[in-house]
Amino acid sequence: MSNPKFKYAPISVFLFPFYNLACGILLCTDGDDSLYPIAVLIDELRNEDVQLRLNSIKKLSTIALALGVERTRTELLPFLTDTIYDEDEVLLALAEQLGNFTMLVGGPEYVHCLLPPLESLATVEETVVRDKAVESLRKISQEHSPVDLEVHFEPLVKRLASGDWFTSRTSACGLFSVCYPRVSSTVKAEIRQHFRTLCSDDTPMVRRAAASKLGEFAKVLELDYVKSDIISLFTALASDEQDSVRLLAVEACVSIATLLPQEDLETLVMPTLRQAAEDKSWRVRYMVADKFSELQKAVGPEITKNDLVPAFQNLLKDCEAEVRAAAANKVKEFCENLPEDSRETIIMTHILPCVKELVSDTNQHVKSALASVIMGLSTILGKDNTVEHLLPLFLAQLKDECPEVRLNIISNLDCVNEVIGIRQLSQSLLPAIVELAEDAKWRVRLAIIEYMPLLAGQLGVEFFDEKLNTLCMAWLIDHVYAIREAATCNLMKLVEKFGAEWAQNTIVPKVLGMANDPNYLHRMTTLFCINSLSEACGQEITTKQMLPVVLKMSNDQVANVRFNVAKSLQKIGPVLDSSALQTEVKPVLEKLATDTDMDVKYFAQEAISGEFSSINVLTE
Amino acid sequence: MAGVASGNDFQWCFSQVKGAIDEDVAEADIISTVEFNHSGELLATGDKGGRVVIFQHEEECKNRLQLRGEYNVYSTFQSHEPEFDYLKSLEIEEKINKIRWLPQQNSAHFLLSTNDKTIKLWKISERDKRAEGYNLKDENGRLRDPFRITSLRVPVLMPMDLMVEASPRRVFANAHTYHINSISVNSDHETYLSADDLRINLWHLEITDRSFNIVDIKPANMEELTEVITAAECHPNQCNVFVYSSSKGTIRLCDMRAAALCDRHTKFFEEPEDPSSRSFFSEIISSISDVKFSHSGRYMMTRDYLSVKVWDLNMENRPVETYQVHEYLRSKLCSLYENDCIFDKFECCWNGSDSAIMTGSYNNFFRMFDRNTRKDITLEASRESSKPRATLKPRKVSTGGKRKKDEISVDSLDFNKKILHTAWHPKENVIAVAATNNLYIFQDKIN
Repeated sequence: MSNPKFKYAPISVFLFPFYNLACGILLCTDGDDSLYPIAVLIDELRNEDVQLRLNSIKKLSTIALALGVERTRTELLPFLTDTIYDEDEVLLALAEQLGNFTMLVGGPEYVHCLLPPLESLATVEETVVRDKAVESLRKISQEHSPVDLEVHFEPLVKRLASGDWFTSRTSACGLFSVCYPRVSSTVKAEIRQHFRTLCSDDTPMVRRAAASKLGEFAKVLELDYVKSDIISLFTALASDEQDSVRLLAVEACVSIATLLPQEDLETLVMPTLRQAAEDKSWRVRYMVADKFSELQKAVGPEITKNDLVPAFQNLLKDCEAEVRAAAANKVKEFCENLPEDSRETIIMTHILPCVKELVSDTNQHVKSALASVIMGLSTILGKDNTVEHLLPLFLAQLKDECPEVRLNIISNLDCVNEVIGIRQLSQSLLPAIVELAEDAKWRVRLAIIEYMPLLAGQLGVEFFDEKLNTLCMAWLIDHVYAIREAATCNLMKLVEKFGAEWAQNTIVPKVLGMANDPNYLHRMTTLFCINSLSEACGQEITTKQMLPVVLKMSNDQVANVRFNVAKSLQKIGPVLDSSALQTEVKPVLEKLATDTDMDVKYFAQEAISGEFSSINVLTE
Repeated sequence: MAGVASGNDFQWCFSQVKGAIDEDVAEADIISTVEFNHSGELLATGDKGGRVVIFQHEEECKNRLQLRGEYNVYSTFQSHEPEFDYLKSLEIEEKINKIRWLPQQNSAHFLLSTNDKTIKLWKISERDKRAEGYNLKDENGRLRDPFRITSLRVPVLMPMDLMVEASPRRVFANAHTYHINSISVNSDHETYLSADDLRINLWHLEITDRSFNIVDIKPANMEELTEVITAAECHPNQCNVFVYSSSKGTIRLCDMRAAALCDRHTKFFEEPEDPSSRSFFSEIISSISDVKFSHSGRYMMTRDYLSVKVWDLNMENRPVETYQVHEYLRSKLCSLYENDCIFDKFECCWNGSDSAIMTGSYNNFFRMFDRNTRKDITLEASRESSKPRATLKPRKVSTGGKRKKDEISVDSLDFNKKILHTAWHPKENVIAVAATNNLYIFQDKIN
């Protein structure tokens, strides 16, 4: 540690991404001093500081390049294989690096050298590390020649699959599908056997891993084996004693159904799917509801009509609120994907009655899930049905006691707007908006502010001026800063929508009026509004109307206001013309720069240097 | 005298005692939980000082005549530190309330330990190799001249003395307002539950920033509070079932399949009260201090102040077996109330084959009951009998007026010496008994 400065200086060299290659070339030709940075990196692989170890691991390719392929294979990789004691983040980085290491060990011919370290990483207990190791193994499996795949890769998969600990067996589940398509038929049979064994493993962890990879494995299997092997595994997993395994089988159901010809679905998949939709455990039913659109696409229109419609109705009426909410979320997608010839009939006779009940559900999550999609039904059902059947539901939800429900309706107004126009709703819309705008929870108020520009666009300037303008101005003096801040931002977006002239007539006078408010927080709001409005309003309004107010506020007795004047002047500077800058702004800033308050001084100087350094060049 | 358990007649004999012999015991050294892992190879204890000590079973020594190997210290670590909650002005003790082992998943071992508020997941792993060889330092640790490095050295791994490391992997905090009394790992191996006085939370073992509240018995008005949760446990093989016991002597069984919130129980186990034995203390002594499922999952056992009960999960109206632990104390309840002993929380445990049960008592006595023969035995954990392979003599407390030889009178029982925590090896007749700051290990001696 005699010369720490020197020690760390060369490392910065590694910040250049292309240095890696250059370094390798240098080493072959150049003197010894270029070894130094690499030596540091190698030593830091074992530094006590995790961050330094992590840095070194991330530069592993540099080390490998310096060592050359031979020493990387014989020395570096064996060392790394046994280094699995480290912190998760280091192991995670290592697992990722090794996935890109093929060229550094000598190309595809030697890629199998990477298997031992990845194998040990695939057995650690930390899921993220294991998953990354599996990901890298999958990646490098593609770089194996068919021979190497059978000689090196496939034995590794078998070792993992028959490992003592479930960590290795879970990792194996993710590797079958990448080697299966590229091995001989004998090995294929072995792989199928291994997969079968893991599907009935003693530990639920492994069965879960197998269940989650079932669909992926089915995709690479020959159709005959899908029918003979996969279906029985699928059926077994779908009736596993563990809820957590059964629910994963639902996911597999989607991929399997996609693979099978239509005529086999009824006998091979549907009994299991029906059973899952009526499972005793709400978590399994939840999963069915959550995957409903995918399932619907996978089984096709006929089965949808006969089976899924009643199943969906049941899920919408489920006794567990979580399930109803998941199903409610899918209402629009499900209806959209119904076969066109019978879509309207199915919705009107089967789905809509359930939806009507959900509008008055006892659980607010269910209602708000429904509110987030229900508006989408109007485009599917068309104008007449919307007015007759959906509108009453929208109106009911707009009056819901739970603000989230109302918000979700308001945030999706655009769908209805396209079909029936927003006027139909405005009667109920306005009270709902006003109520949300005055909600006791500031997060609710914040949420509705964010929808204001959208609403303004849909309702038009006239309606806005008449009904909503006062609200927007009231938010400017809200007692929560986040609301005042959002309100200023909202004004800017409104000006962008309605134009500078509208701003000049409706907003600017009110904003500027607040400059004389006795509350200094409100006076500051004027400044914040000017900051965000100046650009949208343009030079004329800014110079003629806003600037005088700002300049006048530089005499405010509250220092916070004064330094915000300095900040504002810097902010609106680019919008002003240079003569106004020189004659009006500069003197004020110079005066503020001699203020007694040190913050005011600071920001005034900041503004002067920020603005006039460039301006001076222009004027001189 | 026949030992209890497994049908064979055997006697319990002393194997080991851990902990200091000193008369005055430091508060921090008092053992607060004992737990074997699933293979019985490791035995963990937690104490009031927040430490966890893990003992490992070592194979038979050749030169000493041992029936089985001994348990020796494998790893010791500080699991919890005392803390202060500044918002509530509350001290949070470091005392380990419970330890639960996770099923083994790789060569390392994992356990959950909890104090009143925070649950931690620990990894206990071995290391027997060390990397050697630096580029910038020579063998003696002297720095090398950076300009004279002519070749690169990759470190090599060399064998070294076995080192056992305990590292904290996850901290599950801020989910309990009241004191955590139980943690229990689910048979799905990915979730566990934790219970405090009024709520039960369900956690995913890999997720620390959220947990699901599955039971909440907190009334809107705390003045209406009539009972608290005293213990909770997951079923050993049905991942959807768990039970929790209450201070009113009842047990509720819940099915997590039925609903996301388990406010409504599926089964309610309660024994009708015998009106003849009703007294001022009835409610206090009926409070359940521990509940444990049998390994088979068919039965569960509950411990109240005076008895242990075994319930068949299929019969809710009364227990199938009731064992009196120290019925002779019934006449002493008044003084036990005065010295607060009546609120002691005794735990109970099953042997590996569910044929016998064990629980603690006062005066360093502990009791075992054979479920098949209905035989029971009282043994004592004491330094006097702690000679290698010394057979434990059964103890008797005189209940009548006349005290026989070898009997001890109720009045001379030492109520400061209590055995609250015991554990039974999952496969063999090896038991661990925590007596204040000492851990006794006993095993069978076949005649």
